[in-house]
Amino acid sequence: MSPWHDNFAPPCPPAPTPSGQGECVINASSPPAVELHGITKRFPGVVANKDIAITVRKGTVHALIGENGAGKSTLMKILYGMQKPDEGTIAVDGEQVTFSSPGDAIARGIGMVHQHFMLADNLTVLENVVLGGEKLYGIGAKARRKIQEISDAYGLGVRPDALVEDLGVADRQRVEILKVLYRGAKILILDEPTAVLVPQEVDALFDNLRELKSEGLTVIFISHKLGEVLKVADDITVIRRGTTVGTADPRTATTKQLAELMVGSELPSPETRESTVTTVPMLKVENLTLVESGVAAAPLTTAAPPDPSKSATVHEEVVGGRKLLDDISLTIHKGEILGIAGVEGNGQTELIETLMGMSTPDAGVISLDGRDISKVSVRKRREGGIGYIPEDRHRHGLLLEAPLWENRILGHVTEAPNSKRGILNPKAARKDTERIVREYDVRTPGIDVTAASLSGGNQQKLIVGREMSHGPKFLIAAHPTRGVDVGAQAQIWDAIRDARREGLAVLLISADLDELIGLSDTLRVMYRGKLVADADPATITPEELGSAMTGAASGHLEGNEEQPEDGDAR
Amino acid sequence: MMKFDKDKLILGAAGPVLALVSSFVLTVLVLLATGLDPIEPITLMIDNAAFSDIQVLIVNQTGIYYLAALAVAIGFRMNLFNIGVDGQYRLAAMVSALVGASIELPGPLHILLIVVVAMLTGAFWAGIAGILKTTRGVSEVVSTIMLNAIATSLVAWLILPKNFGFQPEGSNNLTTGEIAESGWFPGIDMGEGNGVIYGFTFVALALGVVYWFVLNRTRFGFDLRATGASETAAQASGVDAKKMVLTSMLISGGLAGLAGMPTLLGESHTYSLDFPVGVGFTAITIALLGRNHPVGIFFAALLFAFLDKASSSLDTEGYPKEITKIMQGIIVIAVVVSYELVRRYGLRRQQQKVGEELAAGGAIKTDKEVSA
Repeated sequence: MSPWHDNFAPPCPPAPTPSGQGECVINASSPPAVELHGITKRFPGVVANKDIAITVRKGTVHALIGENGAGKSTLMKILYGMQKPDEGTIAVDGEQVTFSSPGDAIARGIGMVHQHFMLADNLTVLENVVLGGEKLYGIGAKARRKIQEISDAYGLGVRPDALVEDLGVADRQRVEILKVLYRGAKILILDEPTAVLVPQEVDALFDNLRELKSEGLTVIFISHKLGEVLKVADDITVIRRGTTVGTADPRTATTKQLAELMVGSELPSPETRESTVTTVPMLKVENLTLVESGVAAAPLTTAAPPDPSKSATVHEEVVGGRKLLDDISLTIHKGEILGIAGVEGNGQTELIETLMGMSTPDAGVISLDGRDISKVSVRKRREGGIGYIPEDRHRHGLLLEAPLWENRILGHVTEAPNSKRGILNPKAARKDTERIVREYDVRTPGIDVTAASLSGGNQQKLIVGREMSHGPKFLIAAHPTRGVDVGAQAQIWDAIRDARREGLAVLLISADLDELIGLSDTLRVMYRGKLVADADPATITPEELGSAMTGAASGHLEGNEEQPEDGDAR
Repeated sequence: MMKFDKDKLILGAAGPVLALVSSFVLTVLVLLATGLDPIEPITLMIDNAAFSDIQVLIVNQTGIYYLAALAVAIGFRMNLFNIGVDGQYRLAAMVSALVGASIELPGPLHILLIVVVAMLTGAFWAGIAGILKTTRGVSEVVSTIMLNAIATSLVAWLILPKNFGFQPEGSNNLTTGEIAESGWFPGIDMGEGNGVIYGFTFVALALGVVYWFVLNRTRFGFDLRATGASETAAQASGVDAKKMVLTSMLISGGLAGLAGMPTLLGESHTYSLDFPVGVGFTAITIALLGRNHPVGIFFAALLFAFLDKASSSLDTEGYPKEITKIMQGIIVIAVVVSYELVRRYGLRRQQQKVGEELAAGGAIKTDKEVSA
């Protein structure tokens, strides 16, 4: 039997018994926690949501899955009162409601944990929680008691007096959850809560969610990570192109089936089939060190304890400041993809900027194809064959209000076909833009539209196409498929793989561990500006990688000795 | 793709039109509020503009404004606010007049020398702001305003008779001395009593073409525009932002220096206390109104020259000619507001249209689709 229904049907599993996961809502006396019916939301020119119907049973974790841009976030904004639907009804606890602001939703017991945390770093947990909710329990002992009570009740383990800036990502997320509970939420919306977590933290979060559920709270969980959804959800609703295309039973559905439902076709895999790694080094980085600038000479306490033997030999000029990059050495060979795993903010951005020439390292040597480029300008490095897919395409990769063909010139203004002897050649650039649009499947009505009017995936395909068009020797790919829909993701992976086959060396930085493991030939883990561990992507699991990312493991992960240490084959 | 181009044109014109219409309406309201006939001053001005001598004045003033506005516009194109055009213009006119009056050279060389000195002086003065910005991070807005004040004092001091100035017999004016005839830029005589169109006006228009070419057809221009559109993206693309700031400040200052040339080479042949001031400030409005585009700036300069010159006889008809100042002031505000409105509208509209066209299957055929 099919684990889902093609049209929306009552969330009562068609399959045998609801084995203790909460009763089927139709038979239960209590009304569903949330019932959305016929929700339609139009934005100028696009329909974000169309005739959406969802029923969320009380005391369950209900997952809402769909690709990027499928309309999940819009739907949740509607439920949270941030946007008003054009059509349709919302019922909470069986009562029809209209929300004109999040305040209305909060009053109805709906709380939202945003993907991007909204906490004041320089305040304590207690202060953050009571901020804006001072009327509830005051700001003193009563509030503290309440926080402790909630924390204990749901196993959140929050310390009210800790400064938020000292907390890790997972702890901050728990503060956000607590904030919502403190305001009396009975229905929690979590928007992509696992995107920022490593696997171990995800498991802990799921334990928290189960705790909440057992206390009778309802959780709406937005995600596109199918494995996680199957682990934690009681019900699953799939959204595709703005409308609910079906529901699924997590006990019987497989990730493959969900993916097909979500995408409408088969899910691509980042798997790299055959190895194309050569022994010719393309990029060589030795002892690269970058110290935080603008910091007084006094060393920060958080700085990694200096290793006296190393600092004496390598970087004697380095004084004070936090080391953003700490003695990084790596080699990427022709045809090799070297993946760097790490929680964001551990030096990946700085590594990229130093390799591109946007930051000047305090020590170390970078050489490309045997040539020392440590002191070479960004433009010369680009001309010398470095391609760059930036992590933030809006800040570093595009001129949003310029037409596509001008964006095609960006970063390669000195190279053919864009210009000749200082004079631009718009005709050739336009023609080549059309080629990129064709070959890289950029969905656009033309090359004169601004980059801002394309979707994220199409913007990214344009960037990938542009960078690949100048025969790069070495490609920096930072989160190449972030915010990109599944179809575009597969195409971007293909483009990187194809270029790799032709001898391209790639530095891949990604928060998506599946992408890292699937695409990379070699893996390194970055933690606090250091490369602390390396791993073989053929054998490593995301969990093992995750623990190395939090600094819990170092050295060569796993014991397969026959794999020589990649980068150091000198 | 013609559709988008046409859209672009309409949207491009919508901003200035909206600004002009709203400022016109507001000016009429101001006149009504003060109990004056709102229409007559305008018809008077239009009548005025029918006279040949007024037309010559307007054309000459247009050239001056055009140069100064180009100087402002090149800064705007990379998000640099050169408010110091006025100071750069005055100092450059003064120094080049001094140099021009002290030397005598064969015709073209003499003119060339004066022009080069003016450009260098303007560039030097703007370059101070550029260096402050690149080395110390001083906002060019603040430094150029201050440099304006310094330029005023500097010019006043330099022109003292005990330094470099002269006081003509029987006059309170101070001048830098007359430039010899070899340093006069020939103009077009429009006949008895009509005046002469400055020859330098045509240089100004030619520079408009150069401005367009450099910005739109050279690598340097692309880098400059990219820096203006997104400094971070430009840096990642290989633009040296500091160098770019300094270079464009120097170019802007050089152009500002040229703004004094039509008057100096075509009419006054000396820098004196009554040399026109405030040109650099009016130029900011003109550059804004003309959307930093050479053609737009031309029409904006023409409009402002018209407002300046055709209003001269309003006083005798019982209308304060300051109403044109009010109108110019309102245009500044209206321009800023209406351009932002139009920009946002345009962006949203295009996103919408792209969405619609894609939904309707209007995308360029891609390989994937063809093979599928």
